[in-house]
Amino acid sequence: MRVALTVNGERREAEVAADTPLLWVLRDHLGLTGTKYGCGISECGACTVHLDGEAVRACSVPAGQADGRAVTTIEGLGDGQGGRHPLQEAWIAENVPQCGFCQPGQIMSAAALLARTPAPDDAAIDAAMGGNLCRCGTYQRIRRAIHRAAAQVQESEA
Amino acid sequence: MSEERSDGAIRISRRGFLKAGALAGGGLLIGLRLPVGGGAAAAEAGEQRTGADDAAFAPNAWIRITADDQVTVIVDRSEMGQGVMTALPMLVAEELEADWGRIATEFAPADPAYANPILGRQATGGSTAVRGAWRPLREAGAAAREMLVAAAAGRWGVEAAACEAREQAVHHAESGRSATYGELAAAAAEQPVPEAVLLKERRDFRLIGTPQDRLDAPAKADGTARFGLDVQLEGLLTAQVARCPVLGGQVRSFDARQAQRVPGVRQIAEIDSGVAVIAEGFWPAQKGREALAVEWDYGEHAELSSAGIAERFREAAEGGEAATAHSEGDAEAALGQAERRVEAEYEVPFLAHACMEPMNCTARIQDGLCEVWAPTQNQAATQRVAAEVSGLPEAQVRVYTTFLGGGFGRRSHTDFVAEAVACAKAAGAPVQVVWTREDTTRHDHYRPATYNRLSAAIGEDGGIRAWRHHIVGPSIMSQNGMIPADQRLDSSSVEGAAEIPYRVPHTRVAYTMANTPVPLWWWRSVGNSQNGFIREAFLDEVAAAAGEDPYELRRRLIPEGDRHHGVLERAASEAGWGQPLPAGRARGIAVVYSFGSYCAEVAEVSVTAGREVRVHRVDVAIDCGTAVNPEIVAEQMESGVAYGLSAALGEAITVERGRIEQGNFDDYTTLRIHQMPQVRVHIVDSGEDPGGIGEPGTPPIAPALANAVRAATGEPVRRLPLARAGLQPA
Repeated sequence: MRVALTVNGERREAEVAADTPLLWVLRDHLGLTGTKYGCGISECGACTVHLDGEAVRACSVPAGQADGRAVTTIEGLGDGQGGRHPLQEAWIAENVPQCGFCQPGQIMSAAALLARTPAPDDAAIDAAMGGNLCRCGTYQRIRRAIHRAAAQVQESEA
Repeated sequence: MSEERSDGAIRISRRGFLKAGALAGGGLLIGLRLPVGGGAAAAEAGEQRTGADDAAFAPNAWIRITADDQVTVIVDRSEMGQGVMTALPMLVAEELEADWGRIATEFAPADPAYANPILGRQATGGSTAVRGAWRPLREAGAAAREMLVAAAAGRWGVEAAACEAREQAVHHAESGRSATYGELAAAAAEQPVPEAVLLKERRDFRLIGTPQDRLDAPAKADGTARFGLDVQLEGLLTAQVARCPVLGGQVRSFDARQAQRVPGVRQIAEIDSGVAVIAEGFWPAQKGREALAVEWDYGEHAELSSAGIAERFREAAEGGEAATAHSEGDAEAALGQAERRVEAEYEVPFLAHACMEPMNCTARIQDGLCEVWAPTQNQAATQRVAAEVSGLPEAQVRVYTTFLGGGFGRRSHTDFVAEAVACAKAAGAPVQVVWTREDTTRHDHYRPATYNRLSAAIGEDGGIRAWRHHIVGPSIMSQNGMIPADQRLDSSSVEGAAEIPYRVPHTRVAYTMANTPVPLWWWRSVGNSQNGFIREAFLDEVAAAAGEDPYELRRRLIPEGDRHHGVLERAASEAGWGQPLPAGRARGIAVVYSFGSYCAEVAEVSVTAGREVRVHRVDVAIDCGTAVNPEIVAEQMESGVAYGLSAALGEAITVERGRIEQGNFDDYTTLRIHQMPQVRVHIVDSGEDPGGIGEPGTPPIAPALANAVRAATGEPVRRLPLARAGLQPA
């Protein structure tokens, strides 16, 4: 099938089998490698993207289901003018990434969390981020970075 | 070679330098031969590579300075999260007086000049990166700085001693003249290599010892960091490999007709490890693999099971003759005479590495060149294996190291490299081999499982009079041909057990090699990961039997002046050892030396009535000598704790009918965010040369956890993960 998506604000198309996961449409067909393959069964969260604003695991969304919808990946999370998202700034400030492989997915999950819960507590963070694995164990820095970004967003809006 | 002068300055012989020459753009290139692993053959190979490449970019070097004033440090270790891309350039920049805020980095190609001085080959492992680079990279920076200063002095007609290098420029105070490194680069390349360089005194460090942000953080936060899976090449195909599910099995025959009908499948090829489905992308490769019909020859191990392996270990403990790893006094006699004896059996499972980035490698063979893009910890072996499989000489193999999405030892193996090169050869096109998560789990090379018997005699003074530890398990080094076939002792199997830091007059640590078909390999902290747990948990059992406080007993049994003391005391005081805790909470302590560093950890846990265990807080005290970048040391301690805790809470690889039972993160369960304790890192600065940091944080956490659980419940934890001791992670 010909799948048509709005990816990071741009209309993109690809010719794929309808059951091709969105993850591989993004990576293999559209060349967007920021979204990572980790498990293929929605267990690790490395492939998290936003589909119409909701965090989803791209490894488990068939292209046919994504057709016609809006996708945001880590490459499109910033302000669109080269500026980073406050979470990306916070991730750098807290030196969160180690190997870094899971971090695009972590940040996309965190962005979805902040969009609906602007000032999450640790319990809310743990609940929202529970599906994102990190084998380097950067979890406590992830918590700190989310708090930092939340505070920064609130400050700038105040 | 270098030697230390009596005044503390480091003298480098001239032949220690491989190369100092001009760059095409007018710049300074300086290389310093590492003291180990070089030799004439290596130098020759380096020269050949230099000739083959653009001479201006000869790779036998760590430093490149161009006329535009860009200082680039070549990072010759693999960045897998442990921070080498930041820490190694810090060593160079410190002595070079480069502007840290403008430093650039590149990963080194495969080349003998980059042999790891500790490992003897170009590889990253054993927490050796900073330890090995500590002298050579500072020397390289200092030598470059002296040549820049000499160039400036020559230009201005002043004494070099009257000039000072600072912030990437040379200054002459008297005349007020300054020149940037970029301006001086071409002239510096003409300067003779200094015979000796003075390295800074510790008190003069401006960069080393300061917390610096990671240089790789921005690219890893915005998705631009390129891992092995992210390699993109013109015409790149993707391969998946169907491998025999039974350990040691092989392909008998296969029917590719259905697979070939899957749109996007280009080719089906039998390679050494199985049947490769080569396709236009991951999904067609996956569908092709599902459609592939392979008949396997299961071989000899189709009945292998974890229960059978455990039984084999017990039999070996009874009957087998044990190799002595360490012996002092007469432990048998002392135990025989003892009035108070403690005995226990401990078991640990096989473990997978479970790197977040599944195994993968990309290869292209064209125009007599084999190019390999690999998330590898082992450039030397990658080059060798790619040469073997491609049939090309090593000089015609290029290795490009990407970022590694986790390593933990797994990526020093080369099975994924061999597959990529074999596929590229079969396809006549560039191929990326991608392992699924299930492939990555089921075809790992695992941390050995072991079975242990321990006995201790409590002396009349409350100390330990005798200690006996018998380890039974398979050998990594034997299985992988690293020791002679008739050698019965594997040093990696007994590390952490053989060297007991405690004063015990009669000790015997023995090892019975009981090999199994389960593939084995290095796993973060290697033998220390099992033995640290067993030794330190059993010590707590002995302390309990003797009615001693586990912290006080450790302190009393470690000789004065030993570096274990500093970390034990710091961890205990920071954790509030001995202070009251809320109801239901308990603390456990453990200390393990590994890879040149001393690490003590105190875990604070609670155990519910339903036997659910939660770790609330961990205090880590680390003496890694000089902490080059304290921020990264802290990160690595947090990471080491998380990795060891993850294993202790819920990881185990088991075998049934010759097959690894676990496949994905649903049945190989690793630490999630709600299980992450607050980890507080305390650096004990002993002022010594750097020790390792990638691994030493891992060994103490399992025993600290077990000891805290024992303190809470009164029951020792002798089997991991927790479920095997009748407990569950919260």
